[in-house]
Amino acid sequence: MSNPKTNTQAEKQPFKVWFTSRKVQKRLVIFTFMFVPLLLLLTFTYIPFAKMVQFSFYNMKYLGERTFVGLKNYAEVFARKEIFGSLLVSLYYMAGGAVQLALALFFATMMVFKVRGESFFKATLFFPYLICGIAIGFIFKFFYARGFVLDTILQAFGMELENIPLWLQDQSINNISLAATSVWRYTGQNVILFLGAMMSVDTDLYEAASLDGANRWQQFRYIILPSIKSIIVLNLILCISGCLSAFEPPYVITNGTMGTGTYFVIMNRIAHENQRVGLACAMAIVLLALIIICTVAQKLFFKYVFTDGNSDESKAAVKRRKQEEKMRKKAMKGGAAS
Amino acid sequence: MKKVKGTGITSVIFSIVKYVSLIAASLVALIPVVVCVLTAFKTNEEYASTNVLEMPESFAYLENFKIALQKANMLKCFGNTAIVLVVVLIVSVLTGSMLAYVLNRFTFPGRGMVENLFLFASLLPGIAMQVTIFQIMYSLGLINHLYGYMIVLMGTDIISIYIFLQFFENLPVSLDESAIMDGCTYFGVFFKILFPLLKPAIMTSLVLKGVSVYNEYYASNLYLQQPELKTISTALYTFTGPYGNQYNYICAGVIITILPILIFFLVFQKQVYSGMASGAVKG
Repeated sequence: MSNPKTNTQAEKQPFKVWFTSRKVQKRLVIFTFMFVPLLLLLTFTYIPFAKMVQFSFYNMKYLGERTFVGLKNYAEVFARKEIFGSLLVSLYYMAGGAVQLALALFFATMMVFKVRGESFFKATLFFPYLICGIAIGFIFKFFYARGFVLDTILQAFGMELENIPLWLQDQSINNISLAATSVWRYTGQNVILFLGAMMSVDTDLYEAASLDGANRWQQFRYIILPSIKSIIVLNLILCISGCLSAFEPPYVITNGTMGTGTYFVIMNRIAHENQRVGLACAMAIVLLALIIICTVAQKLFFKYVFTDGNSDESKAAVKRRKQEEKMRKKAMKGGAAS
Repeated sequence: MKKVKGTGITSVIFSIVKYVSLIAASLVALIPVVVCVLTAFKTNEEYASTNVLEMPESFAYLENFKIALQKANMLKCFGNTAIVLVVVLIVSVLTGSMLAYVLNRFTFPGRGMVENLFLFASLLPGIAMQVTIFQIMYSLGLINHLYGYMIVLMGTDIISIYIFLQFFENLPVSLDESAIMDGCTYFGVFFKILFPLLKPAIMTSLVLKGVSVYNEYYASNLYLQQPELKTISTALYTFTGPYGNQYNYICAGVIITILPILIFFLVFQKQVYSGMASGAVKG
């Protein structure tokens, strides 16, 4: 900080003075620019995280005494049918996720070949993604309620009311109904992602292929699919961790009753209604472990499947590789300068 | 438009499949919302007597909207949401871009660790963490203050940092260097030269963060418990109570909350799409 203005006359000063002032300035900028985000990160992410780990070994409420119970909370997570069963509920959401990705892939492919009114279709499919979870909950509560929207539509197609299942009460079907709302919400977003990836494929490829007599299916199978393989896998894995943390549909629509409680709904209930904070923390850690497993799987997948830079490489992967190269160059430059 | 030669019939069939499936999908996407719109305009008698798919008698019947606005105090909640949005967006764009600048342009001890801290934070399950975040908020006396809620939202902003980091990768370092040669300070380099160039990344992060803040429910419900502090999504949730089955009121409330985001979407469609694409591919 000694003389912060020296660098205006940098050329006239000896090298050493110029260098130190720049260095001081650099430290100052690093410190001030990182201070607020790091403070927030520590206070609202890492301190709570550390506490979460700590609490998971205690039997405790928000207030009052706590007793150390070791791994008992973790044992309970796996032993309690209600909790472990809620992980099985997320299988419904995963099946929904698979349907959603398949549909998104289909519609994105349809739109990559010229469509009239493309922007209309894109907008209507995508818009549900922007609606808040609570509103979606109400919309579908109304949609599935006995004698309301879905029942009326089915009756218009000639079904008898008594043959229509109770969408939210019938335990054989209610989780499917709820998972369907997630499909409704996220399909459009996936369409946009896939479409973006497909658009980055060189259009000459399609033309060349169609001149060679490739039909649409062959174009899809041999040109589109390989080019966007990586983004599909990425989405699949993101989808799995998203499904593990599904919360809003069961929370708003059924409040987790009738066997529709997902992991988060149960955790929310255990933490805030039953006030078993320790158990809820253990649940959170188990979920975190699952999410980390998914992420590691994703990283490994990308590391081993997309490193050899073959022609199947997606644009995202190419971009990433280019960026890495650039960073390497920059690092070399930086090293040479200092 | 059609460059495909020969096989006229298959291409006709393909077109039919294409349009039929797309129209069906749009219907599926639209019907739940459209039915809500119809219901929101129905009087109590109409709601009780008519089929949900029937048109309301008139689209000038606004009583449900009035009731929804009043009972859930929605105007006040819109105000709160607006304040939160403005402050959180400004702060998160500034802090996000500043942090990305430091991480991208400087090498210093602990840089890798800082980067990893932010990356790992994105894995922590959000709702689960609220159990302990609540305790910290409580001990800091931040419960039931709009600014407390804002601070929580600012603190969890990993996506925009990531977007800015990516953008800085593509801004040449020679820009900074020449400015420094001309006597600019590092602060000057950031605010005068780089920040204006970040505009596309700023748009993207505004869109993503804006949508998530507008739709945020869980933290708002937890940290803003007084009715006059509620944000719009929490206000909507109050309809589970007294009007549990009066769907004409609920639908009106739903439409009120969707409307601003619909307008926003129609105006900024392109930015929204590109924002979603760059936000989601954060692997």
